[in-house]
Amino acid sequence: MSKTYYDPADLKKFGSISEWDEELGSKFFEYYNSVFEEGALTAREKSLIALAVSHVVQCPYCIDAYTKDGLQRGIEKEEMMEAIHVGAAIKGGATLVHGVQMMNKYNKLSM
Amino acid sequence: MHTKSLQARKNLLSNPKEQLKYLSNGIFGDGELPLFKEKVATTGTFPLKPKKLEILQLNLGYMCNQVCSHCHVDAGPDRKEIMTRETMRLCLNVIRKSGAHTLDLTGGAPEMNPDFRWFVEEASKAGIKDFIVRSNLTIIVANKKYHDLPEFFRKHNVHVVSSLPFYKKEKTDRQRGDGVFDKSIQALKMLNAAGYGKMNSGLKLDLVYNPAGAFLPANQQALERDFKKALKEDFDIEFNELFCITNLPISRFLEYLIASENYEDYMTALVEAYNPAAVENVMCKNTLSVSWDGWLYDCDFNQMLGLKVNSKVQHLKDFEPEMLQDREICISQHCYGCTAGAGSSCQGSVT
Repeated sequence: MSKTYYDPADLKKFGSISEWDEELGSKFFEYYNSVFEEGALTAREKSLIALAVSHVVQCPYCIDAYTKDGLQRGIEKEEMMEAIHVGAAIKGGATLVHGVQMMNKYNKLSM
Repeated sequence: MHTKSLQARKNLLSNPKEQLKYLSNGIFGDGELPLFKEKVATTGTFPLKPKKLEILQLNLGYMCNQVCSHCHVDAGPDRKEIMTRETMRLCLNVIRKSGAHTLDLTGGAPEMNPDFRWFVEEASKAGIKDFIVRSNLTIIVANKKYHDLPEFFRKHNVHVVSSLPFYKKEKTDRQRGDGVFDKSIQALKMLNAAGYGKMNSGLKLDLVYNPAGAFLPANQQALERDFKKALKEDFDIEFNELFCITNLPISRFLEYLIASENYEDYMTALVEAYNPAAVENVMCKNTLSVSWDGWLYDCDFNQMLGLKVNSKVQHLKDFEPEMLQDREICISQHCYGCTAGAGSSCQGSVT
């Protein structure tokens, strides 16, 4: 067994999850591929969203995959960094907006 | 960025045999990835055989004013291999004999060949339907003697195909050298002014995109849309089509892949993106590549790897279309570059 939880080489093996559950694995990958097709959003826009979400969920595999995907699509580094800031802003905001809950509770419990 | 060719740096990879050895050992030698011939066999397309010859691609020499980091020719100012007028005369005979409808001049910078203009004038009389010159753009502004090239091209109804790896300065200059982007834009404006790329002018100007790094090109149409929009908005430049070309793992691009520790991942990506539909249309099936000294190859990449056509006819002077038609195409692991995804050729995607 590897001594680290993440191994870059595992990304290539993603498809192997279907080996232990063919039906659900296949359904997932079919869905996944459909999601990234051109639709109301361009494939380029979807790639940037995926990159931002990859950072928010802190998935190293996804970060590798969507940085490369962005490069292939001609997405520039400034666009990538801005997308990550969007993710960070939402994540930061999500933390801070709970501050209101803290304030509510504080006020309720205080005389 | 290197300013000299592999050959001038006496790099081991300047020897084609060393490159072929590298491409057959490692992940391919130990069976982690299938050899190209094994992969082709799984889709029933081994051996690869040529279809009708349509394109004759002539390499007029390896000399170039640029030293691009991805160059599969290992071209540069220090390369002295140049096609002579005598070999050009052999080419003219073969053009007439071959029945090819497209003539494709490449290099190096073909314009640097001292007999370039003479040859274009002669070849344009040979009744070729599509006469391509692959221009690196910067040559047009490199020296006063080249400034009239757009006009010269127009006069001979040449179809200009030019490399521009990206529509922004930074990525272009990183791959092709400082200042290359600005000069390329200047040259594109000169070509536009001569009518190239303009609607209804009949003068075709196509651009070639190749990734500036260890990744594959994306959809050609989507990139063409981005290129057209950016070049029009930023510089008022127009062009006809964008060709996406995958970087093949040979010569200086191979050097880069190894040095940046991207070789294994890149080869894996190429193998995983193997597309049997692209195999049907790979350019080696309808193209012959001729080197500066008159030898024949299945493609420009095989030329750089020293893989002459597998035929009794190997040189222009013995050219015999029927005997050449009956050959098997020489392949190695670099061929995965042309069969990945939408496929890749000197004319862009093939599917």
